[in-house]
Amino acid sequence: MEFDPIFLSRIQFAFTISFHIIFPSLTIGLASWLVVVEGLWLKTRDDTYQDIYKLWVKIFAVAFGMGVVSGVVMSYQFGTNWSVFSDRTGNVLGPLLAFEVLTAFFLEASFLGIMIFGWGRVTESMHFVSTLIVALGTVISAFWILAANSWMQTPTGYEISATHIFHPADWVDIIFNPSFPYRFMHMVTAAYLTTAFFVGGVGSWYLLKKRFIPQARIMVGMAMLMAIFVTPLQIFLGDLHGLNTLKHQPLKVSAMEGIWETERGSSLILFGWPDSYREETLYSIKIPSLASLILTHDVQGKVQGLKEWPKDQRPPVLQVFWSFRIMVGIGLLMLLTGLMSIWLYFKGGLFSKPWFQRWCLVMTPSGFIAILAGWFVTEIGRQPYIVYGLMRTSEAVSPVLGQHIFLSLIAFIVVYAFVFGAGVYYIFKLIDKGPTASLNKEEVYGFPGLNLET
Amino acid sequence: MFDFSSFLDLPLLWAGIIALAIFLYVLLDGFDLGVGILFPFAPSDDCRNRMMSSIAPFWDGNETWLVLGGGGLFAAFPLAYAILMPAFYIPIILMLLGLIFRGIAFEFRFKAKGKMQKVWDYSFHFGSLSASLFQGIILGSFVEGITVEGRSFGGGSFDWLSAFSMMTGIALVFGYALLGSTWTIMKTENKTQEWARQSAKYILIYVALFMGLVSLWVPFLKDQIFERWFALSNLMYLFPIPLITALSFICLYRALYKKREILPFILSMSLFSLGYVGLAISLWPWIVPYQISFYQAAADSKSLSLMIIGVVAFLPIVLGYTVYSYYIFRGKSTYQHEY
Repeated sequence: MEFDPIFLSRIQFAFTISFHIIFPSLTIGLASWLVVVEGLWLKTRDDTYQDIYKLWVKIFAVAFGMGVVSGVVMSYQFGTNWSVFSDRTGNVLGPLLAFEVLTAFFLEASFLGIMIFGWGRVTESMHFVSTLIVALGTVISAFWILAANSWMQTPTGYEISATHIFHPADWVDIIFNPSFPYRFMHMVTAAYLTTAFFVGGVGSWYLLKKRFIPQARIMVGMAMLMAIFVTPLQIFLGDLHGLNTLKHQPLKVSAMEGIWETERGSSLILFGWPDSYREETLYSIKIPSLASLILTHDVQGKVQGLKEWPKDQRPPVLQVFWSFRIMVGIGLLMLLTGLMSIWLYFKGGLFSKPWFQRWCLVMTPSGFIAILAGWFVTEIGRQPYIVYGLMRTSEAVSPVLGQHIFLSLIAFIVVYAFVFGAGVYYIFKLIDKGPTASLNKEEVYGFPGLNLET
Repeated sequence: MFDFSSFLDLPLLWAGIIALAIFLYVLLDGFDLGVGILFPFAPSDDCRNRMMSSIAPFWDGNETWLVLGGGGLFAAFPLAYAILMPAFYIPIILMLLGLIFRGIAFEFRFKAKGKMQKVWDYSFHFGSLSASLFQGIILGSFVEGITVEGRSFGGGSFDWLSAFSMMTGIALVFGYALLGSTWTIMKTENKTQEWARQSAKYILIYVALFMGLVSLWVPFLKDQIFERWFALSNLMYLFPIPLITALSFICLYRALYKKREILPFILSMSLFSLGYVGLAISLWPWIVPYQISFYQAAADSKSLSLMIIGVVAFLPIVLGYTVYSYYIFRGKSTYQHEY
């Protein structure tokens, strides 16, 4: 068996980052939502909101904890597995990551303690401020990490020395590189939608089981508001992001669309099987001229095919093509859910139709799948480069033996499976127990070691 | 583009910032890793609950200093980061896995009952223990020196494995256990406190032995370290360090016997500080020991300048709310906190 350090490091990074991104996706959304819920409670003094807060802050804590432990791993993997990349790009990317730690991680970590354990130790308004600060921290964190990622996609504001080291030339150009605003908006919105469908799914499950009805109605109602208003916004942002990619990484878009030949009036391939050896998309179902219309906003617009580029510059087409379809498909299902909820609302059955509740239950993990699929599109679509067009992934790897990377990969898979299994199990248990805490206002909450009943 | 290199020694400043971040990490995560190391030896589940409660609001913030240490090294000394991380590939991965088991135990332990709770107790303990051990091993092999080829690590996969690094690994476990036990004295009462005090007395003996051993061994690892400590011109300035260290040991021993509650923790921290200063003196000016100085490994001065702005603007705030968070959760870790 061949232990290729490049391949194994790529798999290890893909595995650990995919695992990691699930948790920030949920915590970015949950933190902002918890601000709204706590704010509503402080404003209305309706304890239903407090119940919701107390349930979801526990789930937030579990997700945040798993995000932290999997995130620490990420901050060391650049060096352990991609040391040449670290050496060459450190001048540019290092400061962005350092700013993430300084402006976001500490903020989140310190105020999270108050948010979870601070009841009764700080005033109500200070507690609210802590929740707000944690939410702000999650978005600031996303800002920096997406700036760094986007720079790897569309590098600007740099100089390269004779020794192939990247040096900064203009920080504004580095941070606000061409794809960053789109990727940042698209990702934060995705996190909000993911949370909405997760919360909506849980609420629907309560409705289906006829438990915690008042709290569940608020969860489902707020989730559907997000589905109605934010899904169309997300589709619009996604389109802008796509056009931006077309401008800066046209090759990636050709892979997303499975288009091999450059032509005018290019057809949109709905489904098919891109074959990199035969250089064509097999069994394709096409709509004539639609690809040109979507990408160039002109029926006779010219769309570049993959064959425009040498084979050794093309990304793996099959994975990009299908990941893109999964992401878009889920987006459309989210839109459909929003439309169904409008219809049911005016018919007067939003909270009483079991078929709709089951549908929402099915949609519970949809956002996570869409986010992973979206990242697969953008990251696999960047290959074979690690810094697009400038540095190849194969040049970036550490001088570590393949066998050791293989063993560490196995260790990560085993440990993460265990951790993830336990995390999901306890989140399910928290959900199953539901927002019962405020039934007894004196009940001790949150501080480990006390709520053994949880 | 702004560049402060004309009037600031940026690499020196950054070496100081990274050293501070790692030092704060060692002190802060040191005590909660130490609590994890001592965890299964506590006399009862009630004690364990109190011990865990005492660190639960802090561990996440404490661990963030490790991210700043790693991220800061990447940002300020990318060359050193690129050489050191592959050099310590195996112990770093094992340390990270240890930290995972430690970190998740906080969330899961109190949601579990019966046997499962025991599983998370051990996850907490062995996670803390292995993270500490491998941190000590990394430190030891760092002090022993790194093989470099060009701009990369050029040594073997198991260079980090040596008698000296094993010794420093075990030494750090005892060091963290001392911080953990004195923290527990400060944050608990009655039975838990009494047990922690008893433990601290034993641990202190081991810490004294290991600190002595390290102090005697390190100067003989490299001639330059020997010369730095024992050259007559330096001896004058440096001899107070071992002297104050010895004094701290005596004071700590007395403080434990006099049943002081806060002083032992402060003295344990001062022991760590002295050990840290000692190592810094030995290793100056190397960031990849005996191969690359921190001046050689420094990032572009424009990168360092930008980050200086970040540090000046945010580090005081970070320190401020870290202190605020410790203030909020001051006092004894009680069994019950009201909602």
